[in-house]
Formats: sequence, C-alpha cells, structure tokens
Amino acid sequence: MADLHARTESDQTPAAAAPELTRRNFLSQGAAALAGVTAVAAAVSPLRHLSAEHVPNLDEFLQKHYKEMTAEDKQRVFARISQEVQQRHQVQARLSDPPPLDGVEYVYGLNLSRCIGCRKCVHACVEENNQSRSPEIQYIRVLEMEKGSIDLETADHHYDPASVPNPDKYYMPVQCHQCANPPCVKVCPVEATWQEPDGIVVIDYDWCIGCRYCEAACPYWARRFNFADPQIPSDKLNPNMAYLSNRPRERGVMEKCTFCLQRTRVGRMPACLEVCPTGSRKFGNVLDPNSEVAYILQHKRVFVLKEDVGTIPRFFYYFDERGGRYREPVASPDVGGEA
Amino acid sequence: MKKYLTFLWDCFRLSFVGDWRYHLWMTLLTVVTLAGLYAYCQQLVHGLVATGMTDQVSWGLYIANFTYLVGLAAAAAMLVIPVYVYRNLHLHDVVIFGELLAVAVILMCLLFVTVDLGRPDRFMHLFLRFNFPMSMLTWDVIALNGYLVLNLHICGYLIYCAYCGRQPSAVFYVPFVFVAIAWAVSIHTVTAFLYVGLGGRPFWNSAIIAPRFLASAFAAGPAFIILTLQIVRRYTSHQVSDDALLTLRRIVQVALLINLFLLVCELFTEFYTDSAHVASARYLYFGLGGQNALVPWIWTAVGMNVVATTCFMLPASRSLGTLNAACVLAIVAIWIEKGMGLIVPAFIPTPLGEIVEYTPTLHEVLICLGIWAFGLLVYTIFVRVSVPVLAGQITYENRRPREGARVP
Repeated sequence: MADLHARTESDQTPAAAAPELTRRNFLSQGAAALAGVTAVAAAVSPLRHLSAEHVPNLDEFLQKHYKEMTAEDKQRVFARISQEVQQRHQVQARLSDPPPLDGVEYVYGLNLSRCIGCRKCVHACVEENNQSRSPEIQYIRVLEMEKGSIDLETADHHYDPASVPNPDKYYMPVQCHQCANPPCVKVCPVEATWQEPDGIVVIDYDWCIGCRYCEAACPYWARRFNFADPQIPSDKLNPNMAYLSNRPRERGVMEKCTFCLQRTRVGRMPACLEVCPTGSRKFGNVLDPNSEVAYILQHKRVFVLKEDVGTIPRFFYYFDERGGRYREPVASPDVGGEA
Repeated sequence: MKKYLTFLWDCFRLSFVGDWRYHLWMTLLTVVTLAGLYAYCQQLVHGLVATGMTDQVSWGLYIANFTYLVGLAAAAAMLVIPVYVYRNLHLHDVVIFGELLAVAVILMCLLFVTVDLGRPDRFMHLFLRFNFPMSMLTWDVIALNGYLVLNLHICGYLIYCAYCGRQPSAVFYVPFVFVAIAWAVSIHTVTAFLYVGLGGRPFWNSAIIAPRFLASAFAAGPAFIILTLQIVRRYTSHQVSDDALLTLRRIVQVALLINLFLLVCELFTEFYTDSAHVASARYLYFGLGGQNALVPWIWTAVGMNVVATTCFMLPASRSLGTLNAACVLAIVAIWIEKGMGLIVPAFIPTPLGEIVEYTPTLHEVLICLGIWAFGLLVYTIFVRVSVPVLAGQITYENRRPREGARVP
C-alpha cells in the first residue's frame, strides 16, 4: 500500500519530472534514448540486405491496375518490364498483350484413358511459362490414381517409377480449371485476379498484394505463391511473353496457369498439349461447333472434378469407350464429321 | 486544439513514469517487440519463405493468431452490454478497460494481417480497387477498422473529458457504445465468414463455425479481462470490485458451455457421417497418413476446455485462485482450438489430397511474439495513462500553474 501511494505522487507530477534538467537526469535520459535508438536501428538492420529490385521505384509504386491502363501506360510499363528482363537475364524480351478473341471461349479436355503419367506436360509448362526453377513452381500436378476410385485422397502425388505407366493405375493431371464461377476471383480483396471474356482467369502480378486468400479458396489447388525470389536460368528464359501470363513474376505474388494465353490467343496450342506424346490433351473453342472439344463434349463420357463445389470448370476429363492408352489401338475420332 | 495536443503530450509523458517494476515490464516488452521487428525485417528481405508456410498450407500462425485476437476484441462488447443495456453497475467502472483492450487487440490483428502479406508495399491497392462487397476480406477490413475507430472514439472521449475535468455528454458516446456492441458481433461473424464461404475447404465450409467463433470469443475474452482487471487493481489505485469479476465469471460460464456443446455438435456431424468431408477433422484429432503434428495440441485443448468448464461450473471458482486458474486454461485452450486448430487443418489434406504438414519457423514465432508484446505494451500504456486520468489526478487544470512557473 505504501508503494501505491508513492506512485500516486509521481503520477501527479508527470510534467514536472523531466523539466528539472539536472546533469544526472540529462545523462540518464540521454543514455536511455540512445539505447532505444540503437536497439531500433539494430532491429531494422536486416533491411540493409534489401536489394534495389525489391524496393519499388516511383513508376512501379504508381502503376495502375491493368484494366485502368491506357495504351500509352501499357507501352511504358511493357518497356520497363523488358528493360528489367534485359538487366537481369541479358535477354531481349518480346512483351505482348494479346487480347481475348471475339466469339471464343476456351475449354480443355483431358483423356484419362490415354494419359500415361509421363509428366512431360508439367515440364513443358514450366519452360513455356517461365516458372521458378528454384524454388520449383509447377502449374500442373499429375496424380497417380487407384483404378476404380476417383478419391483424390488415395492419389500418389510423388510417384517415381523407372517407367510409366503402371498398368494398375491411371493418371489424372490437374491444373487451373478456369472456372466459369471462380471462387478465387470472388475472394480477391483488390481485384488483382479476374476472368477474361474468353474464360481465362488471369492475374495482374503487379497488383496482387500477396494475401493468398485465392490460394485458400481454390478447390483444385491450382494457384501458386512466390514465397521466395523466383530463379530462372537466363538461357532457359522464354522471351515470348505476355503481360497477363508468362512474363517473369516477382516475389510475394500469386501465379497460375493461363491456358498459355500468349500462345492460344494467337492461334497456337498450349505448351502442355503440344508436348503430350499420347494425344491425351484437347484444347479449343467450345463456341465453335466444329471444334474437337465440342465433339468430345457431345460424344464422350465426360466429367468435371468436384462438380459439387459449383465452380463450373472449363477443364474436363473424359474416357474412351473402348480400350485405353496405347495398348489397344483406338480409331481416332472423325473430328467434326458428325457435329 | 492546444488543449488536446497538451493532453496527448501528457499521456505520452505519463507512459514513461512508473516504478522499477513498470520499467522492467516495459523494457521487456520493448525488447521482445524489437526482436519481432528484427525477424520481420528479415522476412521482408527474404520473402515469406522465412516462414513455414507452403503452397499446401498457405496460411499459418499469423492468420491463426489473427483469428483468435478478433475474438478477444469482440469480447469487449461482453463488458459493455451489461453496463449500458442492463445497467449493471458492478461493471461500470471497468468497462473502459475492456474497450481499451479492444483497441490494443485490433491493432495486433491489423499487424498480424500485414505481416502475412506477400507485398505489404502494395497496401494502398486496397484503397484503389476495393472488391466490395464480393470479397469477405474487404468486409473484414471495414469491420476491423470501424471497430477500432469506434472504440478509440469512446475511450478517447471519456478519458479526454476526465482530463478536462468535465462530465462526458451522453450524446457523444452512448450512441457509439450501442453501435460498437452490434459491431463487435459483426467483426467476429465477418471473420468467420471469411473461412466459411470457401466451398473448396470442407473443414471450414460449415455453418457452425460462426456461432462457435462467438461462443469461444465470449469465453476467452472475458476470461482475459478477469485476469487483466486483477492486475490493474493490484498495481494501480483503481478499484475493481469482486462483484464485477464474478459477473464476468457468469458470462464465461455460459459461453464455455455453449462452446463445448457446439464442439460436440461439430464432432458428431463429422465423425458419425464419416464421409470424405471428415479428412481434415480426422487429421486434427487422430492424424492422417501417419502425420499427426496437431494431435497432441488439440487433445490438450480439449482437455483444458473440459477442465476449465468444470471449474467454472463448480462453486469453487467463486474463489479467485480457482477462477484465475480456470481462466488461464480457457484462454490457452481456445487459443489452440481457434488458432492452429481451426486454420491449419483446413489445408490438410490439400484439395488434391496431398498431406503436407506445417511447422512454424523461428522467424514466424518471433514475429508473433513481437506482435503480442507490442499489443501488451500498447495496452499497458493505455491502462497506465487512463487510470490516473480517470481518477481525476491528471487534469488540464492542475498542470497549468506548473506550466506558468516554468515559462521564463
């Protein structure tokens, strides 16, 4: 209780405590202040290792959202990005911004009867889309599934046999499903990710704040975060880049499959499809009744993953009616003939 | 205006005045805060790779603490309701400590969200393109900041009035008190909706999460305040009656019972149905695929919860010793259950069935400790300043003569 009174007295004289500027007071308070400043300086000292590229310059800081950029803004931003690529990799990047095509909605079909689980698509994707090699970022995950089950929890993500396929298994590659009702777009607090008119869900890497809410929302585990600085060997860099897809990403932002829009919007096929040795992958415009994907959707046994979560994927799986893989030859479908 | 600046200056000065225990406590908190700042600077340099989070478990200790603290902040309303709605006078002189706690805790919440961002430098993008009302995160931004402003206003106004030596006018704070009560429920509900609305995460996609949030918040929050008030009355001249503590005890009692009941509802639904939906809960309670890092934690939490509830139900908890022990048990149990126990299992297994466990790194732990220390530091200052001011010991009037004497 005595102690309590002592403090009450000092409570009453806060203003008087310091102004009496004795030598002793001055020295002790000065020492305390100095110790405080030193401690704060020590605490923030790791920041001296922050390299220049991690500190946004004024242009980057003031850069607008992709949808708000004028043509001139885009030119300026693209020039800056090309310059950064040049500096970091000594590679002349061809940065483009292909727009979505009118009357086009892309869908992707994957033939489970044919896929042999060779993972060539995974690596072609990494090379085409300039994903980080260290730490490794891959958009496609191939699951080795138990025959007779579609329970993802029985899947082996890290199968590593001498040769594929294992006749007792089947293989199911999963990548972004470009949902028509995308939960990732809904949850983004800053509209850094959105769905384009051709159905592709894209990210403005320069707008993303890295909260990873979209990663939590995605039912297909299709989104990846750059936890560290992405490392790409300069000789592996793909110089054909688009702003919304495969240009190099920075640390601290999300990225994902964009159906290779830098290729597909100018009439080429996605890299994963081109490399597939079994023809398991089919891609095209679902609005075109003569397309291969339209044929498959009408004539094959088709399903989408996790239909119950209501995402309405543009990525579907299908079976051949007879045979499978290459063990039993299957006549190639008469594309477009019956449509 | 000058008067207000003088008020702030006096508060600032006052926060440095105290006996050796006060200085030791504050120094300790400052050291831990700075250690956290150091770890955060390292995270800024290296990226979030400094944490234990991965693409598989993309939210960890930061969001877990955030979730728990939102509950603690909301619980300030549990003090306010009996005072202003039911005119319970026991609590009247302690309600301000609840609201000050809310302010300190909301600051901690905001810090926890900020350290979780991959690109904190782009923070202002929130103001430029705000995905409202689609994104629940934007709702949470509004809810938390609104609650912060409301409580800052109420506390600031009451303390400033005491400093000026005038009676607070009801018009300027009572309506805000009622808004804050509704708002307190909303911050917790909105935070629950953040998780509940994700169809791809079955562990979260359940209507019971929001009610459980509220029940556990209204247990852990008042339990925390019971302990705080005893510290306040032990170390300051402020009087807190035992009756006020026992009123809070009754709130915790009911909240703990409801919380346990809702837990049983949830467990029954998950495990009796035994569908694919149960995988995350199975991981949490029994381990999955040989991985069981959270199992000892969650059973500790369940055990503590049951013991705490039993203690609170027994008449023995009318004695402060038992009450305090039960409060500590409840606080820790709910921190485990609502933090790690709610956030991490939702990511295990991943939507593609992969089982990757999460272990926080030293950096992450240091940053969390730093934020906790910072919150305690802020709260200590709040209490340190508000007690003598509210008691009328520090006022503008009795500082003036000194001021005059000092000016040459």
